[in-house]
Amino acid sequence: MTDVVLRTDRLFKSFGALKATNDVSLDLRKGEIHALIGPNGAGKSTLIQQITGHLASDSGAVSLMDEHLTDVGPAERARKGLGRTFQISSLAMEHTVLQNAVLGALGQRGNVMAFFKPVMKDVRLVSAAKAALAQVGLAEFATTRTADLSHGQRRQLEVAVALTLKPKAFLMDEPMAGLGLEGAQQMIGLLTELRKEAPILLIEHDMDAVFALADRISVLVYGEVIATGTPEEIKVNPEIRRAYLGDEVPA
Amino acid sequence: MTRETWINVASLAVLLGVPLWALMADEPFIITLATRAAIFALAGVGLNLALGTGGLVSLGHAAFFGIGGYAMGILASHAQSYAPIMEAPFLIEGTKSMPVIWLVAMVTSALAALAIGVLSLRTSGVYFIMITLAFGQMVYYFAISWPAYGGEDGLSIYVRNGFPGLNTLVPIQFFGLCFVILCLVLLLMNAIHKSAFGLALSAARQNETRVLSVGLKPYHLRLVAFVISGAVTGLAGALFADLNRFVSPTMLSWQMSGEIIIFIIIGGVGRLFGPVIGAMIFILLEHTLGGLSEFWHVYLGALLLGIVLFAKGGLIGAFAGREKAHD
Repeated sequence: MTDVVLRTDRLFKSFGALKATNDVSLDLRKGEIHALIGPNGAGKSTLIQQITGHLASDSGAVSLMDEHLTDVGPAERARKGLGRTFQISSLAMEHTVLQNAVLGALGQRGNVMAFFKPVMKDVRLVSAAKAALAQVGLAEFATTRTADLSHGQRRQLEVAVALTLKPKAFLMDEPMAGLGLEGAQQMIGLLTELRKEAPILLIEHDMDAVFALADRISVLVYGEVIATGTPEEIKVNPEIRRAYLGDEVPA
Repeated sequence: MTRETWINVASLAVLLGVPLWALMADEPFIITLATRAAIFALAGVGLNLALGTGGLVSLGHAAFFGIGGYAMGILASHAQSYAPIMEAPFLIEGTKSMPVIWLVAMVTSALAALAIGVLSLRTSGVYFIMITLAFGQMVYYFAISWPAYGGEDGLSIYVRNGFPGLNTLVPIQFFGLCFVILCLVLLLMNAIHKSAFGLALSAARQNETRVLSVGLKPYHLRLVAFVISGAVTGLAGALFADLNRFVSPTMLSWQMSGEIIIFIIIGGVGRLFGPVIGAMIFILLEHTLGGLSEFWHVYLGALLLGIVLFAKGGLIGAFAGREKAHD
C-alpha cells in the first residue's frame, strides 16, 4: 500500500477515566477525502490534535509518507507536511489577511531568523501567499485586518494558510461549521479543488457535505472506529444508522 | 505620512530641541535631564521588543539595565585604579573607552538574558512575570552582597569614559552620543518589526497555536527577542551609569523594572516610539512635580491609571489610533 500518505497506528488517549480515543488506526490515501464522522464527544478533535502533535498520545504511532512523526512536536509535524485548519478559527487577528498567509509561507520556508529585510517586500513569500489567497477567493481582502473578516472568510483564510505550507496532507476540523448554506457550498467547491493538491482528512458534522465529498468515511463512536467504508457502505450499515445517523440519511 | 509618524518625528524633535535650547540658554541641567530621558527611552525601546511585540511582560529587565551599568562600573574602576580585572589565565584590564564598554555591556546582558530566558520562557502569563522578577531580585541581592564592587554603596567613577573625537564631559556632546544611539536602535527595531522575525514574533503573541501549526517555534522566537531586548537595555544601563558616573544596586531593583514598563505603557505598548514618549513624560513629571512634592509618584500613578483605563494604546494610541498593519 504505497499510496498511503498519512497513517495512525493504534492511537490511544485518555483523560482520566474517559477514553477519548481508543485504538484508532486510520489511513489517508493519495488523492482522497477521508471523512471522520461521529457524535459530539466521540473523540474526533482529540484524534486530530494527536495527529498534529498538539496533544501527546498515551500510545500509538503517527506516520506521514512512512516517516514516523510520533516523537516530534507540532512545529516539526507542520514542517514535514501536515497542514491543518482549526475547529475554531485560529489566526493572528491583528495582522492583515496577507500577513497571515505570509506567515504560513514563512513556515514553509523554515528560516524565520531574518531581522533586516522587510518580510512584506519578499517577492517569493508574498506571491506564494497571494496565490493561496486567490485560490480560496480572498485575494481582494489581502489588506484587511483579520479581525475584521466575517466568520466564513476566516475559515477560508485558515485553508489559505494551510495551503501556503504546501502540505502532504490536510487535516480539517469542521471547516463548514457555522458557514450557512451558501458558504458551505463554496467550501465544498474549495475542498474539491484542494484534494488535487493533497489528500484531506475531514472532520465534519454537515452530512450533506460529507456524503458529497468523501471517498471513504470512518465512524468514530466513544473514541473507537466502528466502521470505515465508502459513503454507500456507511449509509446502509445498520449499526451506524442506529449509533449515529438515525433515520436522517440523505437520499 | 500617517499621524503616528508625525507624532514620532515630533517627539524626536522635542527630545533634540530641548537640549539645544538649553545649550543656548546655558542650562546644563536641562541637557542632563534630556540625556536621562534619551537613556530611559533606550532602555524602554529594548524592553518593548519583548513586551510589546513579543507579549513578554518581563519584570526583571532592571537586571540587564544594571548588568550594563556594572559592566561600565567594573571596567572603568579597574582602569582608574590601574589594577587588572584578572591576570590568569589571561590578562584582562579595565578600560575607559565607551565603545568597548558598550560592547561588553551588551554581550554580558545578552548572555544574562539568554540564561534567564531559557528558563523563564518555559512559563507564560503571571508565572513569567514572577520568574523574571525572581531572577531580577537574585541579581539585585548578588550586587548588594558583593563587596568587591561597592556592595550596597555602589561604585563611583571619577571621570566620564571617553569616546574617540568627543569630549564626553561636555553635557551636549554626551547627549548627542546618547541621542544618536537611540536613533540607531529605533531604526534597528523598526527593521526588526517589519522583518520575517518580527512578523512571526508578533503572531506568536497573538496566537501561539497558529505559529506552531505553520511549523514555527514560539519559544525560539521569544528567546531571541528576549536576548536582543536584554542587550539593548544593557546598553542603556552602561550609558546611564556613565551619565551619573555612578552605579549601584538601585539600577537592579524591581522598581527600576517597573519604571521601564511604565515608560512603555505611557507611550504605547508595542509602538516604536512608545517608550520614547513615555520616558520624556516620565522625566518631565519627575522634574516638575518632583519639585512640588516628594510624593510626585501619586500623580504619575493617576496618569498611568488614566492611560490604562481610557487610552489602551497609550498616548500614541490615543492620538494616532490603532496601529496600522505595515505593508
